Amino acid sequence: MNAIQPPPCVEVRDLSKRFGPVQALADATVRFAPGRVHALLGENGAGKSTLVKCIMGYYRADSGTILVDDVAQTIRSPHQSRALGLGMVYQHFTLVSQMSVAENLVLGRARIPAAIDWKAEHRALAEFMRTMPFRLDPAQRVASLSAGEKQKLEILKQLYLGRRFLVLDEPTSVLTPDEADQVLSEMRELAERGTLTVVLITHKFREVMRFAQDVTVMRGGRILATAEVAATSIDELARRMFGQTSVTAVANGARAATPGSPYCEVRNLGALGDRGTLAVVDTSFTVRSGEILAIAGVSGNGQKELVEVLAGQRDAADGAVFVASRRYQRTRSEMQRYGVFALTEEPLANDCVRSLSVMANLALRRYDRPPIAWHGWIRRRVLRRWAEALIARYRIRTSSPLARIDSLSGGNVQRTVLARELSEDVRLLILQNPCFGLDAAAAAEIRTQIANARDRGVAVLLVSEDLDEVIELSDRIVVMSGGRIVHEVDRAHADRYELGRHMTRTTEAEAA
Amino acid sequence: MNGAGGIGWYGVALAIIGGALRVSTPYLFVSLGEVLTEKSGRVNLGLEGILLMGAMTGFAVGSLSGSPWLGVLAAGGAGALLGLLHAGICNLPRVNDIAVGIALFLFGMGLAFYLGKPFIAPRAAMLPALQLGAWSDEPAVRAALEISPLLLIGIALAIALRWGLVNTRWGLVLRMAGESADAARALGYSVNAIRTLATMCGGFLGGIGGAFLSLYYPGNWNEGLSSGQGLMAIALVIFARWNPLRCLWASLLFGGASALGPALQTVGVTSGYYLYSAAPYVLTLALLVYSSSTRHALAGAPSELSISR
Repeated sequence: MNAIQPPPCVEVRDLSKRFGPVQALADATVRFAPGRVHALLGENGAGKSTLVKCIMGYYRADSGTILVDDVAQTIRSPHQSRALGLGMVYQHFTLVSQMSVAENLVLGRARIPAAIDWKAEHRALAEFMRTMPFRLDPAQRVASLSAGEKQKLEILKQLYLGRRFLVLDEPTSVLTPDEADQVLSEMRELAERGTLTVVLITHKFREVMRFAQDVTVMRGGRILATAEVAATSIDELARRMFGQTSVTAVANGARAATPGSPYCEVRNLGALGDRGTLAVVDTSFTVRSGEILAIAGVSGNGQKELVEVLAGQRDAADGAVFVASRRYQRTRSEMQRYGVFALTEEPLANDCVRSLSVMANLALRRYDRPPIAWHGWIRRRVLRRWAEALIARYRIRTSSPLARIDSLSGGNVQRTVLARELSEDVRLLILQNPCFGLDAAAAAEIRTQIANARDRGVAVLLVSEDLDEVIELSDRIVVMSGGRIVHEVDRAHADRYELGRHMTRTTEAEAA
Repeated sequence: MNGAGGIGWYGVALAIIGGALRVSTPYLFVSLGEVLTEKSGRVNLGLEGILLMGAMTGFAVGSLSGSPWLGVLAAGGAGALLGLLHAGICNLPRVNDIAVGIALFLFGMGLAFYLGKPFIAPRAAMLPALQLGAWSDEPAVRAALEISPLLLIGIALAIALRWGLVNTRWGLVLRMAGESADAARALGYSVNAIRTLATMCGGFLGGIGGAFLSLYYPGNWNEGLSSGQGLMAIALVIFARWNPLRCLWASLLFGGASALGPALQTVGVTSGYYLYSAAPYVLTLALLVYSSSTRHALAGAPSELSISR
């Protein structure tokens, strides 16, 4: 890498982009100074992604100019932005998981030799890794890397390809606090050494205050302010980011009642993953009525398989589940008798029938029981009225109850499933990442619903990758890592760094 | 069968080895072609049709031109064209490669029978054989070691493919298209173009496998020629876990199983001839049951395949 030449300086002037009726970006003007970490702060839909995607050539702005090192550029394709040394690290990984680290790095190159001399490549990669703040074994298969290591590999790939203006899109969403701090502080160090310009897209104030030097706040497609981090405060940033509508945290301090008796017991549960290896190992825990038990962990540590077993979508290889002290076989009649409801990951794919209407999807739990069912017939008018009531109560934004569920936005699909699962009969509620991808207001609303259910005496199992959500909402926390429960703590004694260390504990033990 | 019985059973073993070397070639070519196609992320179930078209085209061109090698090339070309047809249809959005494969299987078969009608009677110039058993006085050894140059080409190809998938640019890009279409697109590769090329190459190899049937062994053109070998080769790919070298061993195993019936016949075991002839089909079933699981996806399967998702 050439350390003498400063990294690129990128500036946008009056950039606008419209998608149909939505003005995604309006007259954005901002300068990303070379060798600095610049945070783009805003909620989902604030226009952060649109802005950087215009710079990276994924979108073409309707109007405005992009300057790289003070020269106006028309960037029509990702190809062009790459040639200018601009790179982007995505939220979802673009790595080929069945290939090695070395193969992934070599694949990214513009010119790959027709026949590859792997010995020479490995030597060159080792040399390259020596100059990097974090290292990975080039021979390791990507599938065996932890989420944090994958994130590092994405960043390494960009640096390996000589990109020196890096956009990181919510890089810490899949990392533990320790991993996040490590990655970001190393990015900061690279920037301070003058090797990199970093744009950090985030909605976490903590990251902005600790690792960024400049910050730009966005809302509704507009840039509201750009400031030096040292000259601002969290309060001021929050005021700008959320505008007048203040978002209050869920009042979790005052508990309505102490938890009741154990309602759901999982004993020595084991389950196989899609590749036939044990994904859940000897897992035991108890959820009591009127409490929220949170399962924290980095994605891919067996949570998905555990939830699928509990929801009846995957067979257990070992152990048993007890609900109300009885062996629970996950049949439909048991679900109705014991009031077991679930919101799993990716609700559109896992909890909904895509091609059915919002109304039909709302009715999936109840269509076969009165008052909707009448001697084997479905009473459409009753169903319609019932569905309309739920749509109004949960503020599901849909053109009609008869609109297909997959025409709804992610947040509204989430609300639809939650409306179905949070019915009056619920006594055990299983939730996986219930607020994933929602804006702050919608997330707060859903969290309030969950806390209310708990206060009504529902046993809630909350499986979440969002540590903030876990700490905010739960009464007890267990940490899942490598398919096992590795740690348990009361919320009162929970510490995010401590939790984070447990989240990666066994993965490190295995790697050693 | 005393006395002669000793040589007889020794003869059975020889006949099975000889049969394995002879019969395995089409399995090898078709399975290598399918590995190539599936590594790019698509399944081509139409290889049976390609095999038959290759056999017919090879025989027709061989008998009209007098040059069997020209027939082999033409057979490969016909296979590549059918591969292009499969890929072209699969490149359209929302098209299922399995359904297209079955259609192609029936289409190739029908087309081969229709165009091949005039060639059922005549004979064409056959491909030459290499006499690797010339050192032996034993006629059975000589017969067993009479090997088609196509087998040697196939073996070389298996080794080259194995090496190429790991150590060359096209191997790397091909595997990426089969493992993660998103990653390939993010790097600016056209996934459809890669898969089209891979399916055409696969079809080319499948066509050559067909030419072996009509121009070497059994060495004529008729409608029962392929007897499902193109379909069995697809099962063989799964058993070989998408590894070209393991395809070679698996092809020999299938070849040996196919030779079981005729080999036993040489020593006078004629009862149950049809039962022994069914050996490769039984083997296919057994191997599929053995290598499948209700619990997990197949290890080694390219992630983009519609069967592993």
